[in-house]
Amino acid sequence: MEICRRKGVIEISELDPFLAELLRQIPASANPDGAPAAEQRLFSTPTTGKESELCAEWKTYVEPELRRLFQTATQTVAADLEQLNGNEKSLGNRTLRIPSKHADAWLSALNQARLVIAAKDNFTEGELNDHCHSPIGSRRDLSLFQVNFYGFLQEFILREMWSD
Amino acid sequence: MSCGPRQDGECRAQSKEMEGTTRVLSENAGTITTAEPTIEKETRSEEDLDVPWQVVVHNDPVNLMSYVAMVFQRVFGYPREKAERHMLEVHHKGRSILWSGMRERAELYVQQLHGYLLLATLEKAG
Repeated sequence: MEICRRKGVIEISELDPFLAELLRQIPASANPDGAPAAEQRLFSTPTTGKESELCAEWKTYVEPELRRLFQTATQTVAADLEQLNGNEKSLGNRTLRIPSKHADAWLSALNQARLVIAAKDNFTEGELNDHCHSPIGSRRDLSLFQVNFYGFLQEFILREMWSD
Repeated sequence: MSCGPRQDGECRAQSKEMEGTTRVLSENAGTITTAEPTIEKETRSEEDLDVPWQVVVHNDPVNLMSYVAMVFQRVFGYPREKAERHMLEVHHKGRSILWSGMRERAELYVQQLHGYLLLATLEKAG
């Protein structure tokens, strides 16, 4: 896989089918439905619990706005990912071009996905910081790889944003 | 005298009485006269009495350090060095107070931080 920026586009080329599939899974992975821990992480309380009235107002007025914000970001990413859906050369390497103006949406969607996966799998800080993890041998290992791969993409996008 | 925290939503007017007396020494007679105590009344508005609120960001093992620093720059307009200092404080101490002031503004900041998926709360100062 190669990643670079040219002419207002972040280009991820030489994407093998496995990594392309992980990218396709970003919108679905960002969905916290059915996982209360993930839901709680995406929509955390605005206080440490002493202000029940504020928390209730937050749930009524702020949470729906946050849901819309997160959903807009994942929809933008899903639309960009349609580039990977072509039938031709389905086993060949692919290229994904992300417009720089979508960088914020990608950062948000990648972050949502990482937080939801980490909450669902209940990863510890030690596991998340273990960058010398052994090869993928279980569903949990795959999830950890997914979190790290999405983090790598975030780092690249951030670096490109800093350089502007 | 500092104004105490507002309680039960009421604005408490405060009066301040100068308890000390002024002693005046007469030049020729050497007698001492005592002036009337001065009473000063001081009223503070509800806004003055409002307790400051703090915007606190808590550590979480998933968010990238570079991402957190970028969010602090964007939300609070902090220069990069200050944003990174707060990010490191979150990372090492578990939390950092990013801003303090009026409640409405603090709520807005927390909402923005939640929009970036950071763990942020608002707390009464003190």
